[in-house]
Amino acid sequence: MTKLEFWQGNTACAEGALAAGCRFFGCYPITPSTEVAEHMAVKLPKKNGVFIQMEDEIASMAAIIGASWTGMRAMTATSGPGFSLMMENIGFAAMTETPCVIVNIQRGGPSTGQPTMAAQGDMMQCRFGSHGDYSVIALCPASVQEMYELTARAFDLADQYRVPVFLMADEIIGHMRERIMVPDKVAQTPRRELEKGVLPFQPDAQLIPGFATFGKGYGVHVTGLTHDERGYPCTTNPKVHAALVQRLVDKIENARTVIADYDVVNPDAEQVFVAYGAPVRTIQQVLHDHPNDNIGLLQLRTVWPFPEHALSAFKHAKVFLVPELNLGQIAREIDRHVKVPVVSLPKLGGDLPTPSDLEAALEAHK
Amino acid sequence: MTFEDWFRTDRLPHIYCAGCGNGTIINCTLAAIDQMGWKKEETVFISGIGCSSRAPGYIVTDSLHTTHGRALAFATGVKMANPALNVVIFTGDGDLAAIGGNHFIHACRRNIDLTVVCMNNQIYGMTGGQGSPTTPKGCLSTTTPYGSSEPPFDLCELAIAAGANYVARWTSYHVKELEKAVRAGLETPGFSFIEAMTQCPTNFGRRNKFKQVADQVDYLKTHGVLRAKRDRMIEQGEKIPEDLFVIGELMRRNRPAMGVNL
Repeated sequence: MTKLEFWQGNTACAEGALAAGCRFFGCYPITPSTEVAEHMAVKLPKKNGVFIQMEDEIASMAAIIGASWTGMRAMTATSGPGFSLMMENIGFAAMTETPCVIVNIQRGGPSTGQPTMAAQGDMMQCRFGSHGDYSVIALCPASVQEMYELTARAFDLADQYRVPVFLMADEIIGHMRERIMVPDKVAQTPRRELEKGVLPFQPDAQLIPGFATFGKGYGVHVTGLTHDERGYPCTTNPKVHAALVQRLVDKIENARTVIADYDVVNPDAEQVFVAYGAPVRTIQQVLHDHPNDNIGLLQLRTVWPFPEHALSAFKHAKVFLVPELNLGQIAREIDRHVKVPVVSLPKLGGDLPTPSDLEAALEAHK
Repeated sequence: MTFEDWFRTDRLPHIYCAGCGNGTIINCTLAAIDQMGWKKEETVFISGIGCSSRAPGYIVTDSLHTTHGRALAFATGVKMANPALNVVIFTGDGDLAAIGGNHFIHACRRNIDLTVVCMNNQIYGMTGGQGSPTTPKGCLSTTTPYGSSEPPFDLCELAIAAGANYVARWTSYHVKELEKAVRAGLETPGFSFIEAMTQCPTNFGRRNKFKQVADQVDYLKTHGVLRAKRDRMIEQGEKIPEDLFVIGELMRRNRPAMGVNL
């Protein structure tokens, strides 16, 4: 059974998290993500969960990592300036392989920028924002329904791959209200507990170690320093460092086809839009208005690890058109994987591209 | 209690310099925990970055060695998520009072049920002897080559003002008193802050005219005065030398606390 609701995107995000078993939420208020926190503040105490407003986003990120080591599903929500502050401990989560979910309701940057306007300017920051090499998973919802579903899935991915998972939404999806079908129950795959006799950072065949939950007698040492499979600091052995960092990247990149989530519309098209988040909605309008024009759409719900194999679904593509609320952050990524021209259609300022903006682009690149 | 009970013997030898006071403070802390009868699987040590913060890596319990200054924010997450865990934080003056100052005052304000042991060596030891927020005025470090021109923080006064339930200061000389203070901190629901002044012969002592380790320990012994004595000196109109510092139990109260296991 599902029930029909009319929700704001940020509400759907919080509800998706609760349905996925999130019971710890650490946050700092920031527009346009605050409704996620406000909803969690109301709901979590009633579910025996923990809501805590921290002193800043650095602390929010730290708190959810701490909670995660006690075995809880934990999340935070923020926007650009707070996201920048979180980068330090996001790197710690990547290095210590701590499952956690970070929601970024993107707004215009750099700096304080446009607090109430939409943007997608943090797509590269979520991939590369903390120092050193690592890989992450980033999901991009384009509707209130997807806000719910992708937030819920983010927890399973975080637990399965032991990695920070980002829900990279934007102000439009976060604040938009629309119809949503809410399922009774969301399936959950719990994180794999460490087996007896196995070292706490010894990887399995998928390159992922079992989780040594605090308080269960493992006596695990968790450190942001380069560590060996016992978890002990080992900072001057080049081989240990190279193997660890390579594994942190490979465990995600090797699984990119499994993690990938995308939709292909009109695979025979010669002109193909590639988009994620709010701009998808404009493209859907264009497709709706031009049913006979065979315009392609690749909607990415997973942006990182980048599902480049999805691009090959369009065998006849002559051009990829990439509308984004930034200056072409993902267009450049697409360009690395295809031989035909990739046209970036950036839109800054907070508004979506209009259908006529995209129609003009189709005309210009015929 | 023997050291094998609480230490990861496969991690020894440790990184601390000869003459360092941190081992003394870790010993006092573990002795107090042992007296409490806390089980290893119910105890978590958390730290930030610096010499002090390497301590959890040598202890057999679950331990979280985090980012610089952030130990208390991580500890807040651990303790609020699972109040059944006993959470102890090792930190230092740079970690706690400089980069972690904001987390420190807010953890005190929340009065969250944590015990914090701060090894205050008045210097950044691990990075080679830079001035910290507790480096006394006039003292030499690699970043205060002409003597520190800034007034230092009084960490205990900060903790008291911000709302901690238990606050005490001792030194690496006062081992019995320090052990008792940590024990009192562990017993007190809410935020407990124990500052342990300690010698850093490598990076503080040798730049500040302490030729021997014992000279610096002797300094800690002779310059720490009990609050009652200091108050008496003030009453009698004596001038308080600038290099005296107050030791003893400085606060014990029962403000409402967060994260207490009921």
